[in-house]
Amino acid sequence: MLQKIASNYVVKTIVRRLFTVLIVVTLTFFIIRALPGNPIDVFVYRLMDGGMSEEEARQRATVLFRIDLNAPLGVQYVEYMGNLLKGDLGDSYVVAQGEPVMKLVMANMPWTLFSVGTALILSFIIGMFLGMLAAYRRNTWIDHLITNLGAAIDSIPNTLTAIILILLVGVIWKLVPVAQMRGAFSPGMKPGFTLEFIWDVLKHWAWPGSIYVLTAVGGWMLAMRSSTLSALGDDYVTVARARGLPDMRILTAYVGRNASLPLVTSLAISLGFVVGGSVLIEGIFQYRGVGILLGKAIGSRDYPVMQGILLVTTITVIISTALADVLYGWLDPRVRVSGNQED
Amino acid sequence: MRDTLSNMTRNKAGLLGLILIVALTLTTFVGPFFVAPEVSSHTDRINKPPSADNPLGTDFMGRQNWIMFVHGGREVLTVAFLAGIFTTIIAVVVGAVSAFFGGSVDSFMMTVTDIWLTLPRFLLLVVIATVVQLKEVTTLAFFLAIIGWPGLARQVRAQFLSLKRRDYIEAARLLDLGAPHIIFREMLPGMMSYIVIAMINAMAGAIYSQTGLVFLGLVPFGNNWGVMFSLAYAKNAIYNPNAMFSLLVPMGGIILFQLGLVLFSRMLEEIFNPRLRQGV
Repeated sequence: MLQKIASNYVVKTIVRRLFTVLIVVTLTFFIIRALPGNPIDVFVYRLMDGGMSEEEARQRATVLFRIDLNAPLGVQYVEYMGNLLKGDLGDSYVVAQGEPVMKLVMANMPWTLFSVGTALILSFIIGMFLGMLAAYRRNTWIDHLITNLGAAIDSIPNTLTAIILILLVGVIWKLVPVAQMRGAFSPGMKPGFTLEFIWDVLKHWAWPGSIYVLTAVGGWMLAMRSSTLSALGDDYVTVARARGLPDMRILTAYVGRNASLPLVTSLAISLGFVVGGSVLIEGIFQYRGVGILLGKAIGSRDYPVMQGILLVTTITVIISTALADVLYGWLDPRVRVSGNQED
Repeated sequence: MRDTLSNMTRNKAGLLGLILIVALTLTTFVGPFFVAPEVSSHTDRINKPPSADNPLGTDFMGRQNWIMFVHGGREVLTVAFLAGIFTTIIAVVVGAVSAFFGGSVDSFMMTVTDIWLTLPRFLLLVVIATVVQLKEVTTLAFFLAIIGWPGLARQVRAQFLSLKRRDYIEAARLLDLGAPHIIFREMLPGMMSYIVIAMINAMAGAIYSQTGLVFLGLVPFGNNWGVMFSLAYAKNAIYNPNAMFSLLVPMGGIILFQLGLVLFSRMLEEIFNPRLRQGV
């Protein structure tokens, strides 16, 4: 019975996810507290340089970081974990003085998830379509165009893509006003479910969103192309053709479904990658979100905020990978049965 | 051999990639011996567009962009090269050990790899970079490798798994030649081409993350393309047509080198994996 539970697909997935969270929590604890020259020590020394007694400085740090500096390291770690479980990430001390980090992150996270999420799904769909097109039109000019272009845009750093686009579209050709489209919505706009507000939000999404789409789409195109090519070479496709099934049905039910499987897993993984890139992109466009918050926190070395963003982002990514796993199990019944696949 | 050469000339994009890599490497490693560096600022020619005197324009301190370009590539390329080597070493060791021993070793190592693959690693690197000073070229390359290895390790493992079932590996195992001998003497040479390609891709990945770190101001290097473009960006060169070239020149360096790497690695892939060449 226990054996059965341990080998269950869902249980396995959940245990693995929890383990991932534990690793990140531990890593951030070590970065903030246990590394030589760690930020808490630096913070305490700085306060002491400013004329504060050591006792007072430690008190201050204890309140801000929610870690009792006088306790042994092991106890500090346990305490820190306990606070995290309660959702207490400490208080910001520079970016927004005295504000709980949890509140700050939660106010910004939805914007990042919205801008990154929609862009990711959009780029996934475009990439799948173009990748299949390239595979079906193999070795024609369109295939060469798609693969070379895909490889090129996949390798250009997202900041550079953003700057090139601003230069071309905003400054040289003057097609789109860049300065007016900064932020997540226009100043003075009242948030709410009004048509006006939604349109405004979409308009401000356009810049960062299209950068995310552009930087992610190349990878999807290449992955889908090679995955379609290997599906096209499989026996069941030949058999389906021999049975005289219509091309469209082979394309969707046989090739498409199998070829998109490996990409579904990457979709969740790439969420972490794109959210990481949002630090740079949101900064460029002044788009409200965790990226710009992190940028500010880095500039002022506001560690509770940095740590909070890292944790919440990790948890978000892990939840989405779990969702992708469920989706994968639904798309590919084979994994539910055996559980271990060798690739 | 002649076959390889004719394939190389046939793939024009790949050849262009190779030329780009060689040209940029020569410019940044040999160029500084012939071109005196720009040490002082020139207030009489701040933010000038390209002209006969300043072929690529000048920056916000009146320094000539082309001289800055020649002197600014060495660090970027060295970091990329070192990070590529480190990433490949980690990935090959993890992938090879995992595939060779299989069973619980394999599932443990792949679990670790998957966990590392899922994390928002760039964010983690950013936070680490605010605590650990990434001043040294080697330190930065090392951290970039820590960020970049998991995807590659999975691919290397898959390659090793397919090699493992070949007859000559079976024979080596029956002769009891020992894991290190079989992995490094028998299997690794068989996938050398694959590893070279993986290393080139790892270099491209390292430049990608490095650019991000520089843009956030977390890598305090002297004159290099990354610093050049983030300084120019900070000075609002993007909205100033006269200063635009101080932004475009370093960006061009990074983009052209990335393109070179990608096109070259794709050509190698086509040469060493003939299945890609044939039609379906």
